[in-house]
Amino acid sequence: MTAWGTDRDAETAQRLAAQERELTRLRAEVAAWRAAAAALPTRTDSDFTSVSGRTVQPVYTALDLPPDLQAATGLPGDFPFTRGIHPTMYRGRLWTMRQFAGFGTADDTNQRYKFLLERGQTGLSVAFDFPTLMGYDSDHPRSEGEVGKCGVAISSLADMETLFDGIPLDRVSTSMTINGPAAMLFCFYVAAAERQGVPISQLQGTIQNDILKEYMAQHAWIYPAEPALKIIVDLFEWAAEHTPNWNTISISGYHIREAGATAAQELAFTLANGFCYVEHGVARGLDVDAFAPRLSFFWDVHNDFFEEIAKLRAARRIWARHMRERYGARNPRSWRMRFHCQTAGVTLTAQQPHNNVVRVAYQALAAVLGGTQSLHTNALDETLALPTEESVRIALRTQQILAYETGVPNVADPLGGSYYVEALTDGLEREAEGLFAEIEAQGGVVRAIESGWFQRQIASSSARFQAELEEGRRTIVGLNDFVEEAEAPVRILKVGDAAEATQRARLARVRAQRDSALVERRLADLRRAAAEDRNIIPAMLDCARAYCTLFEIRHVLEEIYGSYREPVFF
Amino acid sequence: MTAASRPIRVLVAKPGLDGHDRGAKVVAAALRDAGMEVVYTGLHQTPEMIATAAVQEDVDVVGLSILSGAHMALFPRVRQMLDQMGRPDILITGGGIIPAEDMDQLQALGIGRLFGPGTPTAELISYIQSWASEHLEA
Repeated sequence: MTAWGTDRDAETAQRLAAQERELTRLRAEVAAWRAAAAALPTRTDSDFTSVSGRTVQPVYTALDLPPDLQAATGLPGDFPFTRGIHPTMYRGRLWTMRQFAGFGTADDTNQRYKFLLERGQTGLSVAFDFPTLMGYDSDHPRSEGEVGKCGVAISSLADMETLFDGIPLDRVSTSMTINGPAAMLFCFYVAAAERQGVPISQLQGTIQNDILKEYMAQHAWIYPAEPALKIIVDLFEWAAEHTPNWNTISISGYHIREAGATAAQELAFTLANGFCYVEHGVARGLDVDAFAPRLSFFWDVHNDFFEEIAKLRAARRIWARHMRERYGARNPRSWRMRFHCQTAGVTLTAQQPHNNVVRVAYQALAAVLGGTQSLHTNALDETLALPTEESVRIALRTQQILAYETGVPNVADPLGGSYYVEALTDGLEREAEGLFAEIEAQGGVVRAIESGWFQRQIASSSARFQAELEEGRRTIVGLNDFVEEAEAPVRILKVGDAAEATQRARLARVRAQRDSALVERRLADLRRAAAEDRNIIPAMLDCARAYCTLFEIRHVLEEIYGSYREPVFF
Repeated sequence: MTAASRPIRVLVAKPGLDGHDRGAKVVAAALRDAGMEVVYTGLHQTPEMIATAAVQEDVDVVGLSILSGAHMALFPRVRQMLDQMGRPDILITGGGIIPAEDMDQLQALGIGRLFGPGTPTAELISYIQSWASEHLEA
């Protein structure tokens, strides 16, 4: 035994010494290469930083890899899921092609959904108009001029029934981008499924329901943070029992990034929000493994190709490590970060809009190389208006070309092991951990929102980028270089004011036809549930079934919970 | 004395329900850096709230930022309210996602120049400064 042990120790020592010699040799070789490279001419039209301002080396080598690459990445489908959440990734199933769409009335949008489904789209994604996003009915004075403009107007169950008319809700998965009044629209959806005769336990889809990033960046809020978080946990709790295949939240970096954050800020702020939701669920007394598997994420995919891929890889690893080690989750599904991606709207230019097709295609490629579960590709005209059918079709075809012609989906995490991508993944993880510590020092997520800390961090990154652009240190093709003097305008979609009149008339009909005594009783029950601090989802669902309107529900809860006030600054 | 002898006062405002304030904040900071006195309203403002703030703050210029498509309903309302409050002299300018033909129509209704996505901030600074040099008294 002893002799064998000694032999093995000697072998190990020899192997380590050989490795050390190899490293020393490589260090010397790289140092010599750097010295030689420094003497070569360098372009002056770039400072060789990423879009987020990250300094990037001219080349990466084995010296830049994490010490134990295999432990840091795992195989696809294995902890910590750096290389993807499924063993065979897109060989098993392609990502879901999910184009975000909505405008005008529920009838108009229902037509667009059927158009998309007939052309091979595989999931639906509802864009609501601003009144709906803020919890106002289409006939509320604050809704004037806004109804159906940027999304579809949904003021009650009746509109939700129309939105999915002829679309069986047990056969599609639906994503709904709604936050302040998320629980209300979720209840409308569940009630619409009941009306279709679909067992609600079969419903599949996602409700964005991420209020923290609303305070930070997107700004469609209603209630203050604590009651808003309470409603979110109510939904976690209710859905775990009744709609087990529904993603109860989509914790979103997208809007944080679009508001100006860097890649690392998007990564860290979003994950910090995720941890905040987990902590609120656990504080309610829920078992982390009872709700964490239904938490999902949503990332922006910006222009800096490798940084974005690394961000997605780092996100999975950080989530897995924290869920297992910090929150004690035991179910592997709680460790696995599933996410949706959207190409970055903020990178589209109004100038030479056809160039946007190319930007979107590169970003879509980054999303797929980063292992996304679903993807929205922006249409070329989205910086001018809501997209036309033609521009949306090109955006969808961009994904289909990627899926079926390029060969990219054949291999899981094809960039795994790349010196550059692994170093970036590692660097972004470390940067995120540093930002988590800063957030803690600010008193945690909710306190740092209330003090405006996040908002200032984002605004300052946005100002830095704008300055770089205006000083010509960053080139955007067609915007500050390669400009065309005379451009022919593209044809854009105009959403008229007809939707507003139609919606008002529809809503008047709903109000006239429903049982108004029942409406009053249901709203009173909801008020009582909120006042008594019970889970409000059952009472809210009863309100939806009775055709209470969105604003009626919002208003009843506002009496108990109050309203959010933003810290105003610039 | 020229108009430049006192700072130009600007109210940057977000009418309507959309929450996209990246542009408004970039513009507010750029105008301030160009030497103007800038007040920012915050989000979700009604035309009434904006006109009242403009009069109370005694501004020369109101800059409206909107990305929701509700500009045709909201911008003329701000103009009317300011006129009714006896301040037809206040310039209303702004920007956002506003189709070119809407910009033309709004200008016919007494709104100043409107700027689309990708406009360098220098362009709107020089627009406001040249308007001020023609319209503001020392």
